[in-house]
Amino acid sequence: MVDQLSWKVGGQQGEGIEKPGDLFATALNRLGYYLYGYRHFSSRIKGGHTNNKIRVSIRPVRALSDDLDILVAFDQETIDLNARELRKGGVVIADAKWNPRLPEGVGDVRLISVPFTSIAQELGSTLMKNMVAVGATVGLMDLPVEPFQEVVTELWGRKGATVVEKNMQAIARGAEFVRRELGGPLDEFRLAPADGKRRLFMIGNEALALGAIAAGARFMAAYPITPASEIMEYLIKVLPQFGGTVIQTEDEIAAVTMAIGANYGGARAFTASAGPGLSLMTEAIGLAGMTETPVVIVDTQRGGPSTGLPTKQEQSDINAMIYSTHGEIPKIVIAPSTVEECFYDMAEAFNLAEEYQVPVIVLTDLALSLGKQTVEPLDYDRVEIRRGKYLGDTELPERERLDLFKRYELTADGVSPRPIPGQKYGIHHVTGVEHNEVGRPSEGAANRKQMMDKRLRKLQGFRLKNPINVHAPHEAPDVLFVGINSSEGVIREAIERLEAEGVKANHIQIRQVHPFPADDVRPYVERAEQVIVVEQNATAQLAHLLILHVGYREKIHNILKYDGNPFLPREIFEQAKGLLKTKELI
Amino acid sequence: MTELKVTFKEFRNDVAPNWCPGCGDFAVLAAMQRAFANLGLTPEQVAVVSGIGCSGRISGYIHTYGFHGTHGRALALAQGLKIANRDLVVVASGGDGDGYAIGMNHTIHAIRRNIDLTYIVMDNQIYGLTKGQTSPRSQMGFQTKSTPKGSIESPLAPLQMALAAGATFVAQGFSSDVNQLVAIIEAGIRHPGFAMINVFSPCVTFNKINTYDWFREHVVPVETIEGYDPHDRNKAMQALMETDGMLTGIIYQDPDSVSYEDRIPGFQKTPLVKQPLKLERAEFEALVAEFM
Repeated sequence: MVDQLSWKVGGQQGEGIEKPGDLFATALNRLGYYLYGYRHFSSRIKGGHTNNKIRVSIRPVRALSDDLDILVAFDQETIDLNARELRKGGVVIADAKWNPRLPEGVGDVRLISVPFTSIAQELGSTLMKNMVAVGATVGLMDLPVEPFQEVVTELWGRKGATVVEKNMQAIARGAEFVRRELGGPLDEFRLAPADGKRRLFMIGNEALALGAIAAGARFMAAYPITPASEIMEYLIKVLPQFGGTVIQTEDEIAAVTMAIGANYGGARAFTASAGPGLSLMTEAIGLAGMTETPVVIVDTQRGGPSTGLPTKQEQSDINAMIYSTHGEIPKIVIAPSTVEECFYDMAEAFNLAEEYQVPVIVLTDLALSLGKQTVEPLDYDRVEIRRGKYLGDTELPERERLDLFKRYELTADGVSPRPIPGQKYGIHHVTGVEHNEVGRPSEGAANRKQMMDKRLRKLQGFRLKNPINVHAPHEAPDVLFVGINSSEGVIREAIERLEAEGVKANHIQIRQVHPFPADDVRPYVERAEQVIVVEQNATAQLAHLLILHVGYREKIHNILKYDGNPFLPREIFEQAKGLLKTKELI
Repeated sequence: MTELKVTFKEFRNDVAPNWCPGCGDFAVLAAMQRAFANLGLTPEQVAVVSGIGCSGRISGYIHTYGFHGTHGRALALAQGLKIANRDLVVVASGGDGDGYAIGMNHTIHAIRRNIDLTYIVMDNQIYGLTKGQTSPRSQMGFQTKSTPKGSIESPLAPLQMALAAGATFVAQGFSSDVNQLVAIIEAGIRHPGFAMINVFSPCVTFNKINTYDWFREHVVPVETIEGYDPHDRNKAMQALMETDGMLTGIIYQDPDSVSYEDRIPGFQKTPLVKQPLKLERAEFEALVAEFM
């Protein structure tokens, strides 16, 4: 019996290979296993290799594994591209129809040809070859067939009992074939039993969307883009039940500007995009900053620059999110590391936007936004709604007709009371031009300075409740790892291996990116012999932030990756080991 | 007790516009104030959203809620605002550069979308605030700082474009006929959907060709066309083509227009801003259960 397994299914894009992966994972999730998935796909509809790698474990997992136990192949290309990833003794399950073969040089891997297509044909439709493939895995892993009944019913129940029955037969036949082929169960593919607890199984984008609804967002304006579209798609599905709506706009400029308009109107509204969309939004982000209009913007990072690698993992928008837009505005950038944090941080983003009346950017990356994983229960009690100096629910005191409301009143904390259009005695003006306390254009030098200071004062001393995720068992570690977004799990696994070799390693994950939580980070940097910043970009953006705000340049090192693929534990482990050897720490 | 009647003075404020004396935009401002008063609106019920340029300053010259946004994006702001609070009367405004150059994308899609707001374009065929460059509305051959040898681009026909984009309300006014303009704006606000209003608003400083006199000579009020039917989209298009876009008045109105808001599935009459933010726990649990 094993505690964990890594499974991959691959084929041509557009041929429905998502189905078997999803079905397999959902059934295992319901058995109580923990899963972590990553989809490799291309920016095209039909054709091109795609695969879905899923790690299954009896314990929580938040990273891909280095190698692979089982590869399910729907074409020879899948074998050619992925067979080398299999561990010794790993298994390829492929459709006998096209005479699969192992590429040269791949040793100690077992190929099991299963008649996916002919079994499916016998059952009435070649479409069911996917289910035969799932069944083959079930046979190999010696899993019971019953847990799949529920998922299959959910998937095809609408099409009638016969369809469900046929698909279940396909699974059973696939399993039976492999069981016969093997002669008896192989212990190295049999998972130890899980706890049977039902947990959520979702992608980061879905958690972001749920967080937005929980926070009271009832309007989203967005333009489709990978890897952000699932947020709008989910909300298009569910917002109507709560009286809300999504507008698919003509571009990202309209998307963010509509969200700003709706926030000005008093609603909680947001947009979500990826790098190219965020580039278009920079003008409006400046407007939100200048007019002190709350707005929440999600940036799901993908490979840049320009169109870059639209379907690949990267973390290269950090600088752009902190600095983009001309002039100087207060802005908050937060970066959840897990799907759970996507939910909580998104909900919190709406509070921050209203409390500080600033644009708030929620930064994720492709692996976090699209990687489907087991998620601990989301605690609705942790979702607060705080609106700061919002006055939309208040009756305002009477004032003279032309005595405008001081929407930009100079206050000690820089945040001014905020009535909304429609309110009696709240009339004021809003403009992206420098303005006075009632919002009228004003170019005077004294006013300008006061207003700049007022806006920037709002975030002085700003601190999230949890600005960094800390895993720091050592008082004086050899090394401190620093990461951002989806890398938390993979860094932790690399650390486990380093610890096994005697390295004392601490780890912090930056959740509050801007303003940078220097006071929170500094003690961990100070106490560490060396610091390794792990990030997925070519210019070490996070490391530079660290140097800028905390210092200690001499002990800060980088592990960078920008080939479009997420880190594997081995890569961090080996590179870190190399770095530490140079420093004679090991 | 007699009910107090709202007058246009309610919509005046104490800011002296920085427009040049004689600028066509003064008439647009006055017409908006009179139209709001005629409709019995109070200042807090109205939000004027404007773009950048001379005309964009209008939101600061009127006593209502006002948002002076980014160049070309007034419509995006206005649409978001209207979705947030459908009880508001939202009027978007700006110049021909704002709406037909940098903001054209938003103009076309706002027309298609048909959210219930009124868009007033102060069309002076020139860039005034940047001191006299060509605009998408400049005539062929028009000499400006950016076209010293005369414009070599064809001028845009905004109202034909609006009709082609599916506009449900298309009208054109002229700054020297304020009464007509007031009537147009009133009708535009009453129209359930997007009201596209182009106004010939002469720039007395930088446009010496398309002057008040020039417009007086060239405009063709719809009243002068015998039996003109503003509910006939084909005729409207034809009349605009035949008059080279100089037609004024309510040119087209779809009597069956249904606003975007009324087409949104599940969208309520109560504005979003007046609905509770918090979900019931059972509602949240039901959403989450979908992911088990």
